Amino acid sequence: MGMQFRDMRIPIETFRLPNGLFVTLSEDHTAPIVAVNLWYHVGSANERAGRTGFAHLFEHMLFQGSENVGANEHFELIQRAGGTLNGSTWLDRTNYFETVPSNQLAVALWLEADRMARLLPAMTQQKLDTQRDVVKNERRWSVDNQPYGTWWEKLPALAYPTEHPFHHSLIGSMEDLSAASLDDVAGFFRTYYVPDNAALSIAGDFDPDEARSLVERHFGPIPRGGPRPPLPPMDVPATFGTTLRQVVADEVMLPRIFLAFRSPVFGSREYYAASVCSAVLGMRKGSRLHRALVREQQAAAEVHAFTFDLPKGSDLLVIDATARPDVSGEALERAVFEEVDRLVAGGVTPEEMDRAVALIQTEFVSAMQSAGDRADKLSMFATYLGDPRLVNEQLDRYREVSASRVNAFARERLTAANRAVLLYVPREGEAGELALAGSAATSE
Amino acid sequence: MKADVAAGKRPAPGPPREYRFPRFERRRLDNGLTLLVAPVAKLPLATALMVVDGGATADAEGLEGAATLTAQLLLEGSMATPLGAELTEKFERLGAAVDAHASWDAAIVRMTAMTDRLEPAMALFAEVLTTPAFPPREIERLRAERLAELLQLRAEPRGLADEMFERFTYDAASRYARPDGGTEATVRSITREDIAGFYERRYRPGGATLIVAGDVSVDHVERLARSMFGDWTGGAPAVALTTDAPARPSRAVHVVAKEGAPQSEIRIGHPGVPRMHPDYFPIVVMNAVLGGLFSSRINLNLREAHGYTYGAFSEFDWRRQAGPFVVSTAVKSDVTAAAAGEILLEIDRMRAEEIGEEELSLATSYLDGVFPIRFETTASIASALASFIVYGLPDDYFDTYRAKIRAVTRGDVLEAARAHLHPDALQMIIVGDPESTMAPLEAMGFGPVAVHAADV
Repeated sequence: MGMQFRDMRIPIETFRLPNGLFVTLSEDHTAPIVAVNLWYHVGSANERAGRTGFAHLFEHMLFQGSENVGANEHFELIQRAGGTLNGSTWLDRTNYFETVPSNQLAVALWLEADRMARLLPAMTQQKLDTQRDVVKNERRWSVDNQPYGTWWEKLPALAYPTEHPFHHSLIGSMEDLSAASLDDVAGFFRTYYVPDNAALSIAGDFDPDEARSLVERHFGPIPRGGPRPPLPPMDVPATFGTTLRQVVADEVMLPRIFLAFRSPVFGSREYYAASVCSAVLGMRKGSRLHRALVREQQAAAEVHAFTFDLPKGSDLLVIDATARPDVSGEALERAVFEEVDRLVAGGVTPEEMDRAVALIQTEFVSAMQSAGDRADKLSMFATYLGDPRLVNEQLDRYREVSASRVNAFARERLTAANRAVLLYVPREGEAGELALAGSAATSE
Repeated sequence: MKADVAAGKRPAPGPPREYRFPRFERRRLDNGLTLLVAPVAKLPLATALMVVDGGATADAEGLEGAATLTAQLLLEGSMATPLGAELTEKFERLGAAVDAHASWDAAIVRMTAMTDRLEPAMALFAEVLTTPAFPPREIERLRAERLAELLQLRAEPRGLADEMFERFTYDAASRYARPDGGTEATVRSITREDIAGFYERRYRPGGATLIVAGDVSVDHVERLARSMFGDWTGGAPAVALTTDAPARPSRAVHVVAKEGAPQSEIRIGHPGVPRMHPDYFPIVVMNAVLGGLFSSRINLNLREAHGYTYGAFSEFDWRRQAGPFVVSTAVKSDVTAAAAGEILLEIDRMRAEEIGEEELSLATSYLDGVFPIRFETTASIASALASFIVYGLPDDYFDTYRAKIRAVTRGDVLEAARAHLHPDALQMIIVGDPESTMAPLEAMGFGPVAVHAADV
């Protein structure tokens, strides 16, 4: 036992089954835990017109059983095995994952294989209707009844052209969710849920020969899929060419801005400069935006920056700032712009670079402690870039980013010619109660 | 059953491999500071965590929020580094991720860093804990940020429901009846002297524990602690307690008005039991069956059978005194009363008869099996050790946990349900649209229904 990854490189072994399934194995025997993680290269981008939200609704259906598994039995079997599990849907991928005691690896693999091989016999109208209601409630919970919740659909809609696969809503409209049918389920399954459109990763405590033979036994017989319809063109110009701006008067108490920039795609050389720039701007409290807007000017109550990590078309770098009660949406927007302009004009300091890279390193290594996180990262690099071994190069890629590369990125991508502003402001009569009480208290 | 037909195809598990919670060693410095070190050699990483008896329960009446502000302000300036911006930068240039907060029962400062920078990071960690400066400007800023947070809460149904639930559930004299971060009035009235006084009374090595988990040796941590915390003085403060009495003896419905809301946030519960209650293990298993697991009765009923919600769950919030038992969900407005009715039905059913053998084995095998998965990271190991300290759990707690879970019987679960679920005392909080929910709620006959404003 003992130290596994002191040099921060994890062991990685890969193979591909004849049916096209790409498999990554990564051993770690420090605890009797193993993670199984399966990425399907399909997301909301693959939805056809009139079926927004379908990729995610479909993800729910994958927990409704398959030929040899009853409805909700997937959850029950994994939990009975002492494991955790879930799935998630993103713009261009859907993942399913389990972490289980290592003696239960076969159960987790069998469950994933049964639904990849034999989902449709278990699908019924009633299950679809129930999951449709569940997803509509998920929409109400995360979007409609949550302040600023619509940003998830408004920002991509603003930042990608109408015909672009990333433009439309991931959670979907109520109308489109209502329209989804069992035929849609069957078509989507046959097209996208095939071994040659998936990457399977196993990380943790297992015997590699045994894992390989389990994968071959359970996934080997599943036939390869047919041709998949190509996505509409993903490429967009490197910048918006202007500042796009949308103001949303909503049921919120404080203004909040989402400022998006088109940014180099995930995995590209300049992605790492963008990522470091994002950390300089808005990672933790020593970041430039936090220091300027929250600490010094006190224009914002909180601020963060992050990237969507999309590997095709264009990634987005997003700044998310919420105003303090006495600050208007316009003043908040101005304050954010000023800081971004300052970075474009003056560049980053060596100290800011050190801080950003040091924090990225701690965060990356912290995440690698968990078998589930390791397996997910392996699937991500396998799916997006075709090589999970790139996981082991990440820290070097970040460390080799120079200040001049960050500055070049900022000059190219953070200017007024590449901004999309989504600004939430309180609807008439919503804001200011506490602020008024505040001014009354201080004027005594 | 299809399951039987398919049974032959299902792989059987192999023999389980043994797991032990990381070994940890306890030492004590001359000033009374306890050290707890868990060497975990996997990645060159360590988490340092200081547990101080300075949780929100220790807030003086009228000064609720002082514990939270005090904890946050530790990171906003020290004697040697009086500027918060500079202090933050020092931590972050070392790649040290640090945060500080007050829970109900403790103040916790937690830092994760790469081991090659652990020593300077620990020196800063000691600096903020032993010589905080509490700069007036940062106090005003954090106060304003808390007021902004309270304002946001009025429009944020989930957080609002959580706060309103505790207000309607606990006696007005209970600290639990008011938000842990304080109310607008109390946060406005806290002075720098209140914060410095809170620190003086509660942040004392005699009542504090330094936990370090990660790629470290016990001796090395002890050497660091001696040189960095050796000058810190003060005996243990008296344990902070509040009343955990309920607000009212009988069931009532409290609608918190959010006109036109598409969904109702529901919280149904009552004061639960203290963490060190002898029925802890039966209660944990009972709750898993009732609403703790995805395959629990409440979630399968509300989500999978009725499609009312994206998710529904129950929990006992464990505190030194009786934290709440609460069922939480969000449902479409027009099924609010029906969903609340189903929740009550499941609580009643839990008390009416023994659970099935399959339900028991699902809950116990889950809780038993998932135990090692809960401790994969240095941060989660350090946090588990913090609970161990705060609640004074026995030394063999982690080594006997799984056996104690497996020993729970169906009879134990029924007894726990009958002893600790009180259907007639449930407070039912609905954050939602009064117009569409009031009449159906009244028609269900749950108890008196009152409408309140969202004035957290």
